[in-house]
Amino acid sequence: MFVTAAYAQQSTNTEGNEAHDAPAAGEVHTETGVAHEGEHGSGVFPPFDSTHFASQVLWLAITFGLFYLLMSKVIIPRIGGILETRHDRIAQDLDEASRLKGEADAAIAAYEQELASAKAKGHSIADTAREAAKTKANAERAAIEADLAKKIVAAETRIANIKSKALADVGAIAEETATAVVKQLIGGTVTKTEIAAAVKASAGN
Amino acid sequence: MSNDPTHQFLVNKIVPIEIGGIDFSFTNASLFMVATVGAAAGFLYLTTSRRGLIPTRMQSVSEMSYEFIASMLREGAGSHGMKFFPMVFSLFMFILTANLLGMFPYFFTVTSQIIVTFALAVFVIGTVILYGFYKHGLGFLNLFVPHGVPGALLPLVVAIEVISFLSRPISLSVRLFANMLAGHITLKVFAGFVASLSAFGALGIGGAVLPLIMTVALTGLEFLVAFLQAYVFAVLTCMYLNDAVHPGSH
Repeated sequence: MFVTAAYAQQSTNTEGNEAHDAPAAGEVHTETGVAHEGEHGSGVFPPFDSTHFASQVLWLAITFGLFYLLMSKVIIPRIGGILETRHDRIAQDLDEASRLKGEADAAIAAYEQELASAKAKGHSIADTAREAAKTKANAERAAIEADLAKKIVAAETRIANIKSKALADVGAIAEETATAVVKQLIGGTVTKTEIAAAVKASAGN
Repeated sequence: MSNDPTHQFLVNKIVPIEIGGIDFSFTNASLFMVATVGAAAGFLYLTTSRRGLIPTRMQSVSEMSYEFIASMLREGAGSHGMKFFPMVFSLFMFILTANLLGMFPYFFTVTSQIIVTFALAVFVIGTVILYGFYKHGLGFLNLFVPHGVPGALLPLVVAIEVISFLSRPISLSVRLFANMLAGHITLKVFAGFVASLSAFGALGIGGAVLPLIMTVALTGLEFLVAFLQAYVFAVLTCMYLNDAVHPGSH
């Protein structure tokens, strides 16, 4: 405050040139002031020239006050709002992303489970089918084998019949042949009973 | 145009206004205060008018300044200090814009006037003192009584604390003012060398290359200083506000 007062006094001295009742220090300044009058209008170093201090403070108060109001009422809420909106949006997007990821994970798990159960079901179906086919094949084979065995038995019976019949026929033919052979060889006749006995004897060999 | 390096700091009346015998004229300084406010507010207003979810480059600049000051204040004065965010943000943007506008040739540098920086510093310290007493009453005076100091040393330490507190507005204002003033004078002096050397013919023009290089380098440095001083002012404001919010915590 001392400084300001001193400068105020000095500047009035400089401007008014009222050196007659000013102190000695004032006079010195007045002289330097006069020396630079043409160039500066006052002798002091311009930033320390108190002539315009009041005006500078007033205009600083007006302009800075206005600036402060603009900042606090318009700009800061606006930028703060922009940043908050962006922050919220990012958080929201992250939430959404994690929710979607959860959904995707659940879908994958469900798919895996579905796949596993389908595989198990497939296996069991295949097993049952295989079992059924096996049983059926076995049954059929058994039936066919039984049938074949029956046919074999029938065929064997028939063969045996035919064989025995053929053998019986062989006896009759042998008797006739023997009769004829004997007749041819010895010219005599042989009784039927003898022939039969002979045939039987040879057949028995 | 004068070659006097201090000519650029001269305040001229544009519209003379006098109220109650005190000169409140609209000067070139006032004009550049208006320009500063217009440029800073206009930039912040226009770049954020789209309110883009995805910011444009210019919108990013506004958002970055916002977040820069917000984190500075949160670190400096804690979350309780955030109520001073409009103040610190306005101070930083105002000083930064004023400093940068002053880098244009023929433009007036608002922050090269000691009364302007002093008024801003008094505004900061005044806020600290008023809020400190409003919030903590006489407890605010704990600020001057550090913990764990032996009783014999206490008067001395308190005296030192009081002096350091009272010197804050002076150091805060002089730092900004002197940096801007000295930078602009240095620039002007070196640029003046270029002009006066080139008046001496071919040899002079050859010699003028050196101060010209210096002027270019200084211009870069001055842009750095313009930002740095606005930053320092804002950081110190945050630290002083921390004293108002948490007195006796250091």
